[in-house]
Amino acid sequence: MALQSLDILRRSATTTPSTQVREPIEVAKLIDVTTCIGCKACQVACSEWNDIRADVGECVGVYDNPTDLSAEAWTVMRFTETEENGKLEWLIRKDGCMHCADPGCLKACPSPGAIIQYKNGIVDFHQENCIGCGYCVTGCPFNVPRISKLDSKAYKCSLCSDRVAVGQEPACVKTCPTGAIQFGSKEDMKEVAATRITDLKQRGFANAGLYDPQGVGGTHVMYVLHHADKPQLYSKLPKDPSVSPLVSLWKGFAKPLATLALAGVALGSLFHYVTMGPNEVSKETEDEIDREDNEKEGAK
Amino acid sequence: MIRDPKDLKRYTASERANHWVVGICFILLALSGLAFFHPAFFPLTQLFGGPVWARILHPFIGILMAVSFLSIFLRFRKLNIMNSADIEWLKRAKEMVNGDDHNMPEQGKYNGGQKALFWVLAVGMLLMTVSGVLIWRAYFHFDITAVRLGAVVHAGVAAVMIALIFVHVYAAIWVKGTIRAMWYGTVTRAWAKQHHRAWYRQVTGK
Repeated sequence: MALQSLDILRRSATTTPSTQVREPIEVAKLIDVTTCIGCKACQVACSEWNDIRADVGECVGVYDNPTDLSAEAWTVMRFTETEENGKLEWLIRKDGCMHCADPGCLKACPSPGAIIQYKNGIVDFHQENCIGCGYCVTGCPFNVPRISKLDSKAYKCSLCSDRVAVGQEPACVKTCPTGAIQFGSKEDMKEVAATRITDLKQRGFANAGLYDPQGVGGTHVMYVLHHADKPQLYSKLPKDPSVSPLVSLWKGFAKPLATLALAGVALGSLFHYVTMGPNEVSKETEDEIDREDNEKEGAK
Repeated sequence: MIRDPKDLKRYTASERANHWVVGICFILLALSGLAFFHPAFFPLTQLFGGPVWARILHPFIGILMAVSFLSIFLRFRKLNIMNSADIEWLKRAKEMVNGDDHNMPEQGKYNGGQKALFWVLAVGMLLMTVSGVLIWRAYFHFDITAVRLGAVVHAGVAAVMIALIFVHVYAAIWVKGTIRAMWYGTVTRAWAKQHHRAWYRQVTGK
């Protein structure tokens, strides 16, 4: 959704700066996994506000429903049963776009303006410019974007950029009954997290910590985890996510290099012709052939 | 145009048609592919009816290309087997590029450079086809690492192939009397004698 009131830090497949004279504060959503009760009110709020309805699924034996993100489910609760410190633990993580400071999706996207990173940190898909190639899926280190089967466009959490643009918090934050999801400036959210982490540490979770992975430049959706040393416990939340070196090579280094190389070969050919001239059949060879023909004629 | 009946036949009509199917596919693939590779080329998608159509069409043109290239490969693979004269030609390719072909070793239907191009393009086509299927999201869902690797290989090999095709096209323009071989199939005897003497001897018996 195009929002004129939000300044743009980066725009996919665009090599010149976008509108960015303003200095908005960097925002963040903080998800405190330790106070989440798995009620899925956030899923419902997301569905309501964004007017998207995932198919009513089937019970697969666990609470996960829908079982995965989709073009119609931009956030899903993922439930994990695990044993830590000799006790059963039920870990619940609200999955969705992390709004990376260094977004792999945006880096990979070939279509100008299909992916926008606002200066406040939100990474948004503008489906009207999406061509459906799925490069964003290839670029994302968190496996978040989904291509719709209906329109072949990519969809994901927008961090309710439309709400944020008019000073409201995202729908999931608004609805969370336990206050496990909070929204504010990234700085404030880090402070809130720090208080909570101190509390958790006092209560025996020695490895409690903030998930704000620096491999992607930090994220604008952060988690408070009781086991920050083992994020994989939370439905395979990656430990040190970063944009794959393959993606960086493909859409970073290779792009200008290959373009220059092609231009070099094309211009090199032109100037070779201009400086060396054409490679024509020599007069000598042509005369030889003519002579042979004449001899043959003569023999008749 | 009136052709000299003594001209030498270099390509049959079916070989020429096959070559141009590959050629047209290559141009369309390069234009649409470059558009997805670098934003500077993105406007090229307009040639295909817009970016979404370019995205839809590209892989299907790729399939046509793969099939028609396979046909070219099967037709010409035996003629492109390298021999010692070709290696010698390649070692002295610099003289040729500098415009002096007098001391170049005698060449058969194809010279060392053409043969090298043939094999590099063949390997390239294989890599492009496999990596292309890996990243064809509309119909396939492969492991993410395979898709990422596919994307890099597809872009890298494509750049190499486009550069080689520039050289291929330029060589045809540079060496006068060559392009007609692919238009209507014949070359003059003098052309053959100068550039592919061993082939000239073979077909004329001289």
